[in-house]
Parts: sequence; structure tokens; C-alpha cells
Amino acid sequence: MTTLIVRTATRYLMPLLLLFSLFLLWRGHHEPGGGFVGGLVAATAFVLLAIADGTSAARRLLRIAPVRLVPVGLATSLVAGLGAFVLGRPFLTGLWPEAGIALGTPLLFDVGVYLTVVGVVLTILFALMEEGS
Amino acid sequence: MSLAVALAVGVVFAVSLRLLLQGTLWHLLLGLALLSHGTHLLLFAAGGLVAGGPPLALEGALAPAAGAADPLPQALVLTAIVIAFAVLAFALVLGLGAGRDAKTDDIDAYGGDRG
Amino acid sequence: MTNDLLLVAPLLAALGSAIAGALAAGRATAQRVIGVAGAGALLTSAVALVVHVHATGIATTQLGNWPAPFGITLVADLFSALMVLVTGVVALCVAVYAASENDARALGAGFFPFFHVLLMGVCGAFLTGDLFNLYVWFEVMLLASFVLLTATAGPSALRSGLAYVSLNLLASAFFLVGVAVLYGVAGTLNLADLAVKLGQPEAREAARPVAALLLVAFGIKAGLFPVFFWLPASYPTAGVAVSALFAGLLTKVGVYALIRVFTLLFPLQDAGGSVALVAVASATMICGVLAAASQAHVRRILSFHIVSQIGYMVLGLALATPLALASAIFYVLHHIVTKTNLFLVGGLIRRAGGSEALGELGALAVRRTGLAVLFAVPALSLAGVPPLSGFFAKLQLLRAGLDAEAFVAVFIAVAVGLLTLFSMAKIWIEAFWGEAPENAAPDPTLPRGAVFASAGLALLTVALGLGAEGLWQLANEAAATLLEPERYVRAVLGARS
Repeated sequence: MTTLIVRTATRYLMPLLLLFSLFLLWRGHHEPGGGFVGGLVAATAFVLLAIADGTSAARRLLRIAPVRLVPVGLATSLVAGLGAFVLGRPFLTGLWPEAGIALGTPLLFDVGVYLTVVGVVLTILFALMEEGS
Repeated sequence: MSLAVALAVGVVFAVSLRLLLQGTLWHLLLGLALLSHGTHLLLFAAGGLVAGGPPLALEGALAPAAGAADPLPQALVLTAIVIAFAVLAFALVLGLGAGRDAKTDDIDAYGGDRG
Repeated sequence: MTNDLLLVAPLLAALGSAIAGALAAGRATAQRVIGVAGAGALLTSAVALVVHVHATGIATTQLGNWPAPFGITLVADLFSALMVLVTGVVALCVAVYAASENDARALGAGFFPFFHVLLMGVCGAFLTGDLFNLYVWFEVMLLASFVLLTATAGPSALRSGLAYVSLNLLASAFFLVGVAVLYGVAGTLNLADLAVKLGQPEAREAARPVAALLLVAFGIKAGLFPVFFWLPASYPTAGVAVSALFAGLLTKVGVYALIRVFTLLFPLQDAGGSVALVAVASATMICGVLAAASQAHVRRILSFHIVSQIGYMVLGLALATPLALASAIFYVLHHIVTKTNLFLVGGLIRRAGGSEALGELGALAVRRTGLAVLFAVPALSLAGVPPLSGFFAKLQLLRAGLDAEAFVAVFIAVAVGLLTLFSMAKIWIEAFWGEAPENAAPDPTLPRGAVFASAGLALLTVALGLGAEGLWQLANEAAATLLEPERYVRAVLGARS
């Protein structure tokens, strides 16, 4: 699988995929996209790298063990939901600043989902890929 | 349209049942996968099949245009698919270990209690 | 605001501890502290919830502030709150047991994070007011249980592990098909809204198959006749703490779902009970207890007794009189405490005697007097000996049965109670009396925390027996709320309906 073509293509595709995943995450609240699909695309980028250069290279680039991303992501989403309590609203109520930019707690929630999805998918796929080799 | 989907659900359920009763590991896993697919299809169809537009409200509108599809079954199916994916991935890993340890895919040959 | 906080608190306690535990992966001491503290937080929030619900009636919160029936509603009536409370009690005791009994390796491998995810699933199932959401909580609970089961059971139990996974997936499929049909018929999945919509005779007629689908789905999860065989095959293979948690809570979530659905959506009380369900409950009692009598392995005997005890609870639901329902609720609460404790004691027996096979045990009463007492209390309670909690539970259920003139079922219940006593006596005679086996393992010391956990549950069993009046009062109130679905509907949907 690790032909020159795949490796060269990966070098260009991977940053693009990561950028695209962030774009999906950002537009997710009002338009199609969101943390889940964004996380999947980001995970795809790392899997592509793992196919081209091996899982150890992908793990090196990620720096943190993928399984560690899961609690971090969950905690992020949890904090986003807790914010509502400060204003006396029910759990998970979306809070938006008055100014009208889309930087509210739902985006924070989506960031948590994004991290969780990247963590879970990469944990499973890296394990399966290393199992095979 | 509904009839076609209903028949498809029936066929998927029948095939998955046949696979589940086969008694070998890979048939069991395939059967479980098909079973969840059949359920998702049914869930999708139960919300009412319409050739409607996407359930998105246009800029400034408070509700989607008339004739839009019901978004709820789609959300339910998406959730169910994610859950089924996770459970199936787990069952696959379990099966992989079982098949490798016992060197057979005959379920009755595995260790443990005969349920 | 109080409602908003109190209803979410048990879930947050469980999720927060799961996250904290996962962040502290690999550090055994931190795992122990987080695991026990998290269970303590769950218990504390559950106590607050019960007090609040008892004082002010049914509590609801709309997650994300989306009004019902469009968003996800959390609802706690007294029955839900009591179930969350007993979950907290069991969680704390099992956490203490596991923290002292498990070695550092098992704890480092992530026992406590999944333990707390399981608890979150259980509490979520008790608190949700939405049928699809109930499905999601069931799956959360099951995924965590898959991991806990296979991680502690070892490779020799793959077959039963597979049976557990597949049967539960099958049940989920039945559940989901029921959800789909119900959505097609009623156009909503909010339980309160469904109760209103199914009040129309037309919709009720169309939704009738759903009742059967949900009965099968929850029946499998609860371990009802004839779909219980996955349970005794898998539970004894898991680690002690895991099997105790499963034995106490998992099947009871199925029972809870049955009670909720068949009082709110398809009210059995309006139909004057269900003869078919009485028959199923009786068959469950008989099969469980007879199968248990033929076993010679401590936790396998106990597993079959779970099945037979489930029969008692469902009998209470099937009769559907206020008295019967109250005794079913009392029975569930008593059973969770007692059964969890029996499994914990089973683990202690294995530690003290070096085995769980009755043939390889003996004379523990001489060598381990304290352990004998720890076993005797829950065992006698399970069999229904006064003055323990099980006696009161059985007594009220029998009264309800006589009132409803279900004489055959009452006869079966009494006979099964005697056979339960026989089973417990068998464990007693084989393990605690008789000759010590030839090559008896030298007595290892029992972990102190594990003994404390078991003793705490035993004290609770005694307290529930001696102070049964108080809990019986609560069970009656909970049953009265269940029997008036209008109150549930009004609490969720407000005055609009």
C-alpha cells in the first residue's frame, strides 16, 4: 500500500483534510456539518497517514495517545452543558453572546464531540491496523 | 414505495435470522449487522416516506417549507447507526479473539458455559 | 432550577467520575479514590432527589430548554427516584468492594471508568421521559457491561460472552422496532405525550403489536421466561464486583422499563391485570428455582435465583392492583440490595475457600464465623425468612395475589420460596458445614473494605426488614403515582393537555 503515489498524495491531502474537518466543525451549528462528521474527517486524515507511513508516524504526529482524547473531549462537552446552570437554565441549554457571532456553548459542545470522535475512531483503527501487521 | 421498503425490511430480517441460527461465528456477526440494518430501515420507513425537500428552514423563515421530510426519524436512525456501529465493532473484536484462540468459527466449540 | 439540578446530578456524578477516572488511567490509588468518591456523590445526589420528589411530587427538566414533547425530558417520580437511590447504595458498596478486592492491574485497566459509565446508563434509564432516549441509555449501559464482562471474564468464557452480547443486541432490535412502529402510529416518542396519544382508542388498537414487541425486548433484558438462559451463562463468569453489579442492577432496569411501559403507555391497571403476564411470571419463578436446585457452584446458583426472583416482581406488575404494584416496587428495592450482597459474599467465599464449586468447599462456619453471618443474612432474606426484608416483600406480594384471587400463582410463589430456602441451605451445608476438603487452601485474609461493603448491605437488609413500614409507605406512594398516569402527563406537558 505504501507506494510513492500514496505517500506523496498524503502529504498534500492530510493538511487539507484537517482544514476541512475544522471547517465542518465551525459551520456545524446552523448548516450541515458539526463535531461528529468533523471528527470523522480528522480521523480519516490520521488514518491516511497511518496507511502511508505506518501507525507509529501517525501516533507521533498526534503526540497524545488517541484514547486520552476521549475523556478530554467528554469533559469539554460536559463543561459546555454545565454553563447553562450559571444562568439558571436547564442542563445543555445553548448560550450565545449578544454580539451575534456563533461562539456559544454549542460550539464548545461540538469541539468536545470532535475530540471524542477522533479519539475513539483512532483508538479502534490504530489497534486494528497494528493487529494486522 | 412503502410496500417496497416493507418487503425489503422483511427480506433483511429473514436473512439475518437465517444467519443468526447458523451456529458459526461469522454468520452470527453478519446476522447481527443485518439485523440492525433492517431495524434502521424500518425506523426510517416508519416516519413516513415522502419525496419531500430537506427539513431546513430558509433564511428568515421560522419553519421549513411545506412538504419537507420529517427530520426526526433521520436523527433517530443516525443515533441508532452510531450505537450499532459501536456494538458491532466490539462484537467483531470479541469474535476475532474467540476465533483466533479456538482456531475455529464453530461457536459450540468455544469454552465457557453452554447457555 | 432545583429540578434542573437535582435531576441531572446523578448522571453528572457518574459521567464526571468516569471522565476523571479515564484521565487518571493507570494510577491505581487515584482510581480507587475517584471510583469510591464518585459512587458516594451519586448516592448523595440520589438522596437529595428522593427527598425533593417526596416533598414536591414529580420533578421534570427539559434538557437544552426545548419544551416537551420536542426535546428530551428527564422525569423523576417517586419510583424512579427510589430506583436511583438504591442504585447509589449498590454503587457505593460495590465500589468499596472493588477498590479493596481488585488488584492494581485490574484497576489500571479501566475498571472504574466503565463502572461509572454503566451507572450513568442505569440512572439515565430510570430518569428519562423519552422512549428513544431510554433505548440510548440501555445501549450505554450494555456497552459498558460488555466491556466489564469480557475484561474480567477471561478467554474461557467467550461463548457465554457472545451469547450475552447477541441476545442483548436481539433485544435492542426488538425495542427499536417497537419504537419505530410507535413513532409511525403516534408521531411522538415522549412518554407523557405517548400516553396521551395512546389514550385514543384508534391509536391504542394500532399500537397493540408494540406492546408485544416491548414485552419481548424488556423481557429478554429482565431475564423472563423463556428468554433468560443468557443470564446464568454469563454472570458467574464475570469478576465478582462486576457480577454483583450486574446481578443487582441490569435485569432490574428491564423490570423498571416493563413497569413504566405497562402502567403508563399500555396501562395494565385499566385492563385488570394480565393473565398472560401472570403465567409468564409463574413460569419464570419455577424455571429459575428448579434450575438453581441442580447447580453446584455458588454464583451459578445465585444467578438462577435472579431469574426466579424476577418472576416475583413481574407477578406484582401483572396483577396490577395498587397493593400488587407496591409490593413489586418493594420487592425490586429489597432484591437489588440482597442480591448484590449475595454475589459479593460469593466472592468472599471464593477467597476464603479457594473455590466456588460446592464440592471443594467445607467447614467455613468454623473457620470463618463472620463470613457465615454475612452469608446467612442476605440468603435468609432472599428466601423470605422473617424479620428480614425479603419476608415483608413476599408477604405483601402473596396478600396481593390472594386479593386478586390468583391462587395458582400464589401457590407457586410459596413453593418457589421454599425451594429458594432449600438452595440457600444447600450452599450453607456444603460450604459452611461438613468436613474441610483435603487440600483446603490456607486461609487468605479477606480484604477489609470488601467485608465492610458486604456488612453494610447486610445491615441494610436487616434495617429494611425491621423498619419495613417506612419503605412500604414510600412504595405505596410510588405505586399510587404509577397508577395515575395523568399525574405523570401533567408534570411533563403542563396544563396544556
